[in-house]
Amino acid sequence: MTRRVGRPLILAALVAATVVFVYPFVWLVSASFKPRGEVFDNRLVPETFTLDNYVQVWREVPMAQWLGNTTLVTVLAGITVTLSSAAVAWGFAYFRFRGRGLLFGLVLATMMLPGAVTLIPTYLIWKELGFVGTLTPLWAGNLFGSAFYIFLIRQFFLGLPRELFEAAQLDGAGNWTIFRAIALPLARPALVLTLLFETQAAWTDLMRPLIYVQDTDKFTVPRGLKALLDQYGFGGEWHWEIVVTASVIATLPMILLFFAGQRHFVQGIATTGSKG
Amino acid sequence: MTTTTAAPVAAGPVAPTAAARSRSRRNLRSALLFLSPWILGFLIFTLWPVLYSAYLSLTDYDVINDPQFIGLENYRAMATDPKIALALTNTVVYTVLAVPLHVAGALGLALLLERAGRSSGFFRTAFFLPKMTPPVAVGVLVLLLFNGQNGLVNEALGAVGIQGPYWTTDQTWIKPALVLMSMWTIGSTVIILLAALRQVPSELYDAARVDGAGFWRRTFAVTVPMISGTIFFVVVVNTIAAFQMFTEAYTAFFGSGNTTYANEAALFYVIYLFQQGFENLNMGYASAMAWLLFVIILAVTLVQLAVSKRVVYYEGDQK
Repeated sequence: MTRRVGRPLILAALVAATVVFVYPFVWLVSASFKPRGEVFDNRLVPETFTLDNYVQVWREVPMAQWLGNTTLVTVLAGITVTLSSAAVAWGFAYFRFRGRGLLFGLVLATMMLPGAVTLIPTYLIWKELGFVGTLTPLWAGNLFGSAFYIFLIRQFFLGLPRELFEAAQLDGAGNWTIFRAIALPLARPALVLTLLFETQAAWTDLMRPLIYVQDTDKFTVPRGLKALLDQYGFGGEWHWEIVVTASVIATLPMILLFFAGQRHFVQGIATTGSKG
Repeated sequence: MTTTTAAPVAAGPVAPTAAARSRSRRNLRSALLFLSPWILGFLIFTLWPVLYSAYLSLTDYDVINDPQFIGLENYRAMATDPKIALALTNTVVYTVLAVPLHVAGALGLALLLERAGRSSGFFRTAFFLPKMTPPVAVGVLVLLLFNGQNGLVNEALGAVGIQGPYWTTDQTWIKPALVLMSMWTIGSTVIILLAALRQVPSELYDAARVDGAGFWRRTFAVTVPMISGTIFFVVVVNTIAAFQMFTEAYTAFFGSGNTTYANEAALFYVIYLFQQGFENLNMGYASAMAWLLFVIILAVTLVQLAVSKRVVYYEGDQK
């Protein structure tokens, strides 16, 4: 009895929640095709459909440059952190040496440190090296691996049968070959997950671009969106249609990324919880 | 004959140890090669920054001139800086409002999803999608959707006869608006809780049902205790994140263009730290602020851990 009544109720609640979660996207996309005067009319389908906002964003700001900058930073950040974290994870998973547990504990402990503590000295390092004002500080820290990903990939390595690597070693394969030719290909799901997580993190970051780049030409899309908001949203101009359209442009690649890697995202996030 | 066989036997206990020792040394050398990126990164981008920021917190430093050692002056100044008190209050209020709502909301959605059967994949995607939105765009959405005059939220409220407040300009309503907006991005918490729910053995529910327990009874007597470890995890993670709230609030209420707003209600701790460090170039002061934040987060996490020892059930516990 409860089951028969319960089921439609559950579905109704889920549908209602879905509307709440999806509607802001619909609202945003719809508003981006409306002329200035109608942006806030809250209509689902634009009364007057126009592509002017996109044309105008393209004309007013170097959006292509921003997209290029963000893509460059994101690709470099993703590749470097995936490879370096994989190497470090392998170091912890495969080799047995004294102090391994302690050292790995240190890796995990760094995750507890709020980013604010290292924020200023890190800025001073990049300033000393002459990289402030360039895109380098937005990704180069990833050359050294990242604790969370090291943890994630190491877990995966530990799940692989050790005999596989010992057999390769008996066949005369060196450490590097075992890592490159056997371990890395087998760890593909963990590497894809790392790449996806980092792509999202690098693409959407605002604080680092705020700190490190000042020239409009060097902006990433999120940094550019903030600048657009400051100029067109506030700053007396009130051209919200520009801000709305730039928000769509900033968000769309992440939506595509999600659908490209949906299975990995969902499974990956589910496992981060069970590790805690 | 005896000597020829005796020799290897005698050498037996010695030779393998030497080989083992050299193998383990080789092992360590190879391991270090693989670990070297992290070791370098740790020394340059963690250890040194931690030590240097501790030192900077005892100085007056504006980047242009050398740091001037001033002892605990920054910490003393923080104690009397009204904006520190304001930022801390804002941050605590936001955290106390947001974390329980996030976890309760996510748990509610996860419970629904668990009973959705085959269609749960579709809904899960819908709930997770907002999490992909760049936080800057979420900040923009706060301004758009919660606009007091013609925002979508107030229009929806108006449809049921409620006159919505001026969320983004009224000091009382800025934090509630940010909290409600942050509910939009609870998708990953939903996924984590759903994964935990699916681990709960169904015999427990059957047993409870036989005993006559209804839905709510089963939820609070079986489900919640069984996944309390995961609930604790998401509480800790959400708390740490809420304490470091920056991008959404900074986007919506701070920055070069935004001088028209009275935005004290959105001055969160990390925003004030960022302003002190990178807008006012008070890097010593900002470093001291960072250390206070570290101590607060550590203390809160330890308290949560202590509480969890009493209320969290882990499988294999003797309780």
